Amino acid sequence: MENRPLEYDYTVAKMFMFTTIVLGIVGMLIGVILAFQLAFPEVNTILGQGLAEYTNFSRLRPLHTDAVIFGFTLSGIFATWYYVGQRVLKVSMAESGFLMFIGKLHFWLYLVGVAAVVVTLFMGITTSKEYAEFEWPIDIAIVVVWVLFGISIFGLIGIRREKSLYISIWYYIATFLGIAMLYLFNNMEIPTMLAASPAGESGIGAWYHSVSMYAGTNDALVQWWYGHNAVAFGFTVPIVAMIYYFLPKESGQAIYSYKLSLLSFWGLMFVYLWAGGHHLIYSTVPDWMQTMGSIFSVILILPSWGSAINMLLTMKGEWQQVAASPLIKFMVLGSTFYMFSTLEGPIQAIKSVNAIAHFTDWIVGHVHDGVLGWVGFMIMAALYHMAPRVFKREIYSKSLMATQFWIQTLGVVLYFTSMWIAGITQGMMWRAHDEFGNLAYSFIDTVTVLHPYYTIRGVGGLLYLVGFLMFAYNIYKTMTVGRKVEESELQNASPMGA
Amino acid sequence: MFHWLEKHPFFFAVGVFVSIAFAGLIEIVPNFAQASRPVIGTAPYSTLELAGRHVYIKNSCNACHSQLIRPFKSETDRYGHYSLSGEYAYDRPFLWGSKRTGPDLMRVGNYRTTDWHENHMKEPQSVVPGSIMPAYTWMFKNTADINTAYAEQLTVAQFFAVPYNKEVPMKDGSTKIVKMGESVADANALALEEAKAIAADMKDQDVKDAVANGQIPEIVALIAYMNSLK
Repeated sequence: MENRPLEYDYTVAKMFMFTTIVLGIVGMLIGVILAFQLAFPEVNTILGQGLAEYTNFSRLRPLHTDAVIFGFTLSGIFATWYYVGQRVLKVSMAESGFLMFIGKLHFWLYLVGVAAVVVTLFMGITTSKEYAEFEWPIDIAIVVVWVLFGISIFGLIGIRREKSLYISIWYYIATFLGIAMLYLFNNMEIPTMLAASPAGESGIGAWYHSVSMYAGTNDALVQWWYGHNAVAFGFTVPIVAMIYYFLPKESGQAIYSYKLSLLSFWGLMFVYLWAGGHHLIYSTVPDWMQTMGSIFSVILILPSWGSAINMLLTMKGEWQQVAASPLIKFMVLGSTFYMFSTLEGPIQAIKSVNAIAHFTDWIVGHVHDGVLGWVGFMIMAALYHMAPRVFKREIYSKSLMATQFWIQTLGVVLYFTSMWIAGITQGMMWRAHDEFGNLAYSFIDTVTVLHPYYTIRGVGGLLYLVGFLMFAYNIYKTMTVGRKVEESELQNASPMGA
Repeated sequence: MFHWLEKHPFFFAVGVFVSIAFAGLIEIVPNFAQASRPVIGTAPYSTLELAGRHVYIKNSCNACHSQLIRPFKSETDRYGHYSLSGEYAYDRPFLWGSKRTGPDLMRVGNYRTTDWHENHMKEPQSVVPGSIMPAYTWMFKNTADINTAYAEQLTVAQFFAVPYNKEVPMKDGSTKIVKMGESVADANALALEEAKAIAADMKDQDVKDAVANGQIPEIVALIAYMNSLK
């Protein structure tokens, strides 16, 4: 199918590839700064006392999470959509002036949204809800961006030549619907400027401020229904969409099992949403809900491992490619980290384990082995696969790619191992009692003990960032000085595999 | 069936939506009304406390401090009675947090004083040696946004029937009335009155001078909020 005469148009894909890389650097750099702030608090005033308000841990933390989630990952999702969508539906963006316009508008509005988020978060304008920190004017902009993404998906599907939707498309559709539903309900808020005082004044205070429609326990419930599933539909579903396309393309192997992909997809759709309750174990939400969250988290292993095993078995008989191609390495290790992370999550969701793990760095470690090892690796692999086809140039350096792979792998391993130890140490120290039944440690004892692990984590994060900069450099060099190559010369397998 | 769905994107999307919406309906809807009923002793936030809560949110204090005491002996020993759902009835948004880099603050008002907070926010290591918390010196200079806090009080009173200017039952059988201003000027006057009581317990001369001149620095609002957490 690779050689059919249809010319695909990658204008929008290229734009989003650019933001994937730039926002990836920004998000990861802030992450490294945060990591070192925890190990060495002086880093909080790295730009001096005058700017301390803006360089301090608490101001930067939401910027880090949002830059990585809504900057790097979302850009990666959009970039791959504008590449994969055309190819599996067998229709070019160039065929529809309308869809091209929507695609470009989608990108530029997204960029405006990103700029607004960066400015407001630096100023401390936030609703405090994790991954939903934006105030109502930005929420409205985000909804518009998302609707444009939806128009783009269903528009392209509407004019498709290939009637049957490939597995990746299922996952892109689910991403669109899932995030739309979650985002809308979690961000229900009332702008405070609407209120009027008994004296008749209105429009009081900051115009952008709002108050949540839900209070206390309900707010927490809706937030973690959102928060957990924003991970589901931002960090899992679209990344699975990517691997279902890019692994078979890069390796030249057909997907191992269609039935397994069916089971995994529909299983994931049905089970994932239930698991949100595991963020609220031992909180004030009803016990049955906590138990449901716990049980469904364990069940979630099935569809998650279904996808991952399907990917690994796709490589059956072709394992020599893992040794030969750094690109395949990224995807195979990505699938492995996916399995690992989706086993670790359910373990942490078991009530007795959660009692130790909750509120500690083990949770931070869990997020990062998923995001660095699975999401990050897969998005970089996708961009590495796309670059020769989009820019019509061969990847600049294969050895740089292999070096990057090992540096980043080491970074991820340092990250999660140190956070495991830190989390379990702290969890155990919080609950330790002496022989008289008094608490054995004051809180600060449980903080100072973490210093070495925080340092190791910082180094791990730094290694990952260094690897990402190598990735950015490699892509830049590919664009500018890579050897010119036509897509027809590229076989199914990697241009560097030969 | 699946092959058919894969050729009919509209029905495919409907199928996906039903699968994912189902869980949310069952988990969230049934408990909604009950979970937001206040317990006895829970009162709405005053204007100054709410402005302090905004300072807390502005600086993402919730990124490192939880406000949720779990029902374990180790937690109740350290922080006090475990949390009850109704205690959060006036919390919009909730501030449970997800990470305890620092200790829980759900009942910090029971065991820390204005003076302690002042020292701690200016130089955390002076009261907690080894602390990795950064200093929040700008809170001593920035002015708290009382108007926005007042607008929020008006909003919640109007839309969610939060009982301002009404009797609220307290644990000892008495009642308490949390006042909300009649106008912006009135609300600022109420907040200033509360701020003066806090500034009286503080040492920082600039803060004292500001409050004497009718300005309320962020730190004063934040301490009012911290002291209200019981």
